[in-house]
Amino acid sequence: MTSLPAATTKKLGLVIDLDTCVGCQACATSCKEWNAQGDSGPLTDTDSQGSDISGPWLNRIHGYEVHQEGRSDSRVVNFPRSCLHCETPACVTVCPTGASYKRASDGIVLVNPETCIGCKLCSWACPYGAREYDYTQGVMKKCTLCVDRIYNENLVEEDRVPACVRACPTGARHFGDLGDENSAVSQLVKERGGFDLFPEMGYKPTNKYLPPRARKESYGDGVAALPKGDGSVMEKLFVWADRLLTASKASAAANPLDNSDKLEG
Amino acid sequence: MNPAYSVIFFTVSSGAGYGLLALLGLVGNAHGKASSPGFAITAIAVALILITAGLLSSTAHLGRPERAWRAFSQWRSSWLSREGVLAVATYPVALAYGALWSGFIDMPQWISPLGLLTTLMCAITVFCTGMIYRSLQTIPAWSNRFTIPAYLLFGMATGSGLLNAISFIFGRFQTDAGKFMAFLTLILTFGAIVLKWLYWRWLRKRTAQHTMGQATGLGEGVRQWEVPHTAQNFIMKEMGYGVGRAHARRLQQLCMLLLDIAFFTCLLAPKFDWLVFPSALCLLAAAWVERWLFFAQAEHVAQLFYGKERV
Repeated sequence: MTSLPAATTKKLGLVIDLDTCVGCQACATSCKEWNAQGDSGPLTDTDSQGSDISGPWLNRIHGYEVHQEGRSDSRVVNFPRSCLHCETPACVTVCPTGASYKRASDGIVLVNPETCIGCKLCSWACPYGAREYDYTQGVMKKCTLCVDRIYNENLVEEDRVPACVRACPTGARHFGDLGDENSAVSQLVKERGGFDLFPEMGYKPTNKYLPPRARKESYGDGVAALPKGDGSVMEKLFVWADRLLTASKASAAANPLDNSDKLEG
Repeated sequence: MNPAYSVIFFTVSSGAGYGLLALLGLVGNAHGKASSPGFAITAIAVALILITAGLLSSTAHLGRPERAWRAFSQWRSSWLSREGVLAVATYPVALAYGALWSGFIDMPQWISPLGLLTTLMCAITVFCTGMIYRSLQTIPAWSNRFTIPAYLLFGMATGSGLLNAISFIFGRFQTDAGKFMAFLTLILTFGAIVLKWLYWRWLRKRTAQHTMGQATGLGEGVRQWEVPHTAQNFIMKEMGYGVGRAHARRLQQLCMLLLDIAFFTCLLAPKFDWLVFPSALCLLAAAWVERWLFFAQAEHVAQLFYGKERV
């Protein structure tokens, strides 16, 4: 039924730390590997050895450059993006068949591949671009929060987390119950000021993002200032050496065998 | 958004069919039994064929068309499901009305109420189609007050154009009722011209309210640094569609030109009655261009994650 549950017992989700994520793609590849079989599988890529490779990925890692006002430097933020398992997701209510649903027990949003008709309307309704259509299967694919791992008693305890969380080498991905105020993930969100993506859409995403920590000072243009001269013998020696080397560099530029200025990059 | 031809054909063809059927319902509601059974049966058949062709075409858009029947189940929450349910529910009503109106079943007292019911069913079905798009706040070009009137007006205008043509074939265009219908076509076409002029003006002048900074939560100094893949993915193919926006201005002018031709040919039709054909064709062509642009010009907020700065 695509009507939403009034409340869910748990709110399972991810907390993603944008400060420590290094953009290594381990979570994305681990996700693809796990989900290519089991509940979501197959996640077929087309032209997988060619130049126009395409296929559904349930987790994608973007890179953004962030330039803060008043600073001349900028920073790169690696940005994993997957389904946020919203509390009131429009992707579920627009589904005409009931294939999309939100579980009342843990809040996970899933697609039943047996009843999905591949109308793609849910992907239109999702502001996060989290749902990807599988052209070979004719059905919609999305993050399952590794529902086939987290309750899987055939796995050892530490493996009962989503594949992306298990794979992350920097510990930037955290999994837990965001409905429980005392859970480790809720505490982390509280401490670090975790935020929602697109809060104005009103879908109340469960997954939270931890902002990159502020840098203490600006390093200007990135060039260290020249030290002030102290008039010492050593300094005079360096000034003499500098002049000498500058002159020889000028003569070297006339040498047709020197191609150093033609090198790219 | 990627303009899928199956969906464009569906909304134009079914829209015209429902528009025609709605007008036939009003004709029966006002005048009772049709003047000739041939005219009534032809007109109802044309409407139902257009509707059916459109609905069948819409299933071509599905990844799993064989499961399309499942789409009738979620009418409680889904406008797409409601549209499907109403589209199917309109058939028996339209068939019953057609049998009464054409005189096949002789119960004249039921023509008027069933005519009105047919019109209402058509209007609600097209309203549901519009609501599918109107309710998507992820696509600002759709989730606005112009969407529903556009679907209803274009359906009615194209339907009335077809009704003029059918009336002409059955020699009924020069009657008072025929002339009144031509007058209605003029009003509907003029309404479509005004509505699209206002919509495209609004679309040009609106300030995009969603930014990459909001989408990522990284503030306004953010720009794309690295894409998450080596080739285009589904989101980029489905949500990002550059061609329509590149030619938008020209195609808008073409749509307006077609509507203008439809208007003036219809205006002259009482004098040169064969003009009902170019008029109807221009309306259908204008609806096609309008619908193509409706999709192609629409931008989705998910593009903000893929380098688009504002939507």
